[in-house]
Amino acid sequence: MYTQGLDQAGKDKQLASEAEDRLSAFQARVDAEEKIEAKDWMPEAYRRTLVRQISQHAHSEIIGMQPEGNWLTRAPSLKRKAILLAKVQDEAGHGLYLYSAAETLGVSRDQMVADLLSGKAKYSSIFNYPTLSWADIGAIGWLVDGAAIMNQIPLCRCSYGPYARAMVRVCKEESFHQRQGFDIMHALCSGSDKQKAMAQDALDRWWWPSLMMFGPNDSESKHSAQSMAWKIKRFSNDELRQKFVDVTVQQADFLGLSIPDDDLQFDDTTGHYTFGEIDWQEFLDVIAGNGPCNRQRLEKRKQAHDDGAWVREAAQEYALKQAARTAA
Amino acid sequence: MSKQEWPLYEVFIRSKAGLSHRHAGSVHAADDQMALDNARDTYTRRSEGVSLWVVRSDRIVASDPAESAAFFEPAEDKIYRHPTFYDIPDGVENL
Ligand SMILES: [Fe+2]
Ligand SMILES: [Fe+2]
Repeated sequence: MYTQGLDQAGKDKQLASEAEDRLSAFQARVDAEEKIEAKDWMPEAYRRTLVRQISQHAHSEIIGMQPEGNWLTRAPSLKRKAILLAKVQDEAGHGLYLYSAAETLGVSRDQMVADLLSGKAKYSSIFNYPTLSWADIGAIGWLVDGAAIMNQIPLCRCSYGPYARAMVRVCKEESFHQRQGFDIMHALCSGSDKQKAMAQDALDRWWWPSLMMFGPNDSESKHSAQSMAWKIKRFSNDELRQKFVDVTVQQADFLGLSIPDDDLQFDDTTGHYTFGEIDWQEFLDVIAGNGPCNRQRLEKRKQAHDDGAWVREAAQEYALKQAARTAA
Repeated sequence: MSKQEWPLYEVFIRSKAGLSHRHAGSVHAADDQMALDNARDTYTRRSEGVSLWVVRSDRIVASDPAESAAFFEPAEDKIYRHPTFYDIPDGVENL
């Protein structure tokens, strides 16, 4: 009895030290900037973090098609319509690249979709705001895709290979998104007073939600330190937000628009803009499901999913029938 | 019926004649033809390819990364397979 107990304790100790060795070998690979690939050993928490982040990212791309999709039939010209259609189609593609990257971690597409539709999975807060005028399409491309680029460029160097490769593909397409948005804003700002006022109104409504896209302040961000150590994340939320503000203020100046922040000013000593406090209560409300469009976005996605069920079933039925015919 | 997930296909793209196909990602599709169509729409919207391969993911036979040290070991100790193994005497050129 006593010896058996000793044996067990010895075995536990050995297992624990083996697990520790594997963990430090993993961290050493990450520290050496080696990429982790799908079938490699990885800590369970690393896998879980990635599944959460990549699937949230994929869901954001998919839901993100809605606010812009609303304007497809009302774009002011055929050229604008063709461009917007290509942009929205890219976002669908981004969602698919990312779902495919998440699936390498052992989670199924159906499971991820089910988690989105049940409200269990989150997506970016920004897509719960309405697109009230055509200028909003400009503001989204310029600001929302602009903020996304800030976030996504460092992700191209993420330690997890399939995610990093998907992000390279995404980033190549994003700069078209941002430029087409800026181009819309530029056209409006070079137009009549009414058009310029539309552009200003869109900036007024999208500025603060765009800053929220970078997530909570570093002091409040609960997953940050570990994600940095795992090299999933390369820059903190506040660092990325600062970069975004610095480049965007100059672009707004060029357009002749004013950023809706009385506290915004250039700090000569740091070389950065300082800006006002973000309304974090609003951010939390939107994340919790109480933004202006949360319910509508999810309902629309659910309906599209349900309406497409017969197509998926018919395609499967056809494939089975064809396979049976070839076998016979 | 709708409970069943469409199979996963891996997608390989030849970006231009003269280059090998390269892995791009994956798509779900009910059958082979749909896999090709989906791969085209998902991965070549900007003329990234002149040829596409799709193959059912469950048909790929892969080496095990956990065993990779042992699996690739036979190549490790044969340094004489590399030209740098050999000393070239002074005065010999174009070798
Ligand atoms: Fe995107
Ligand atoms: Fe985009």
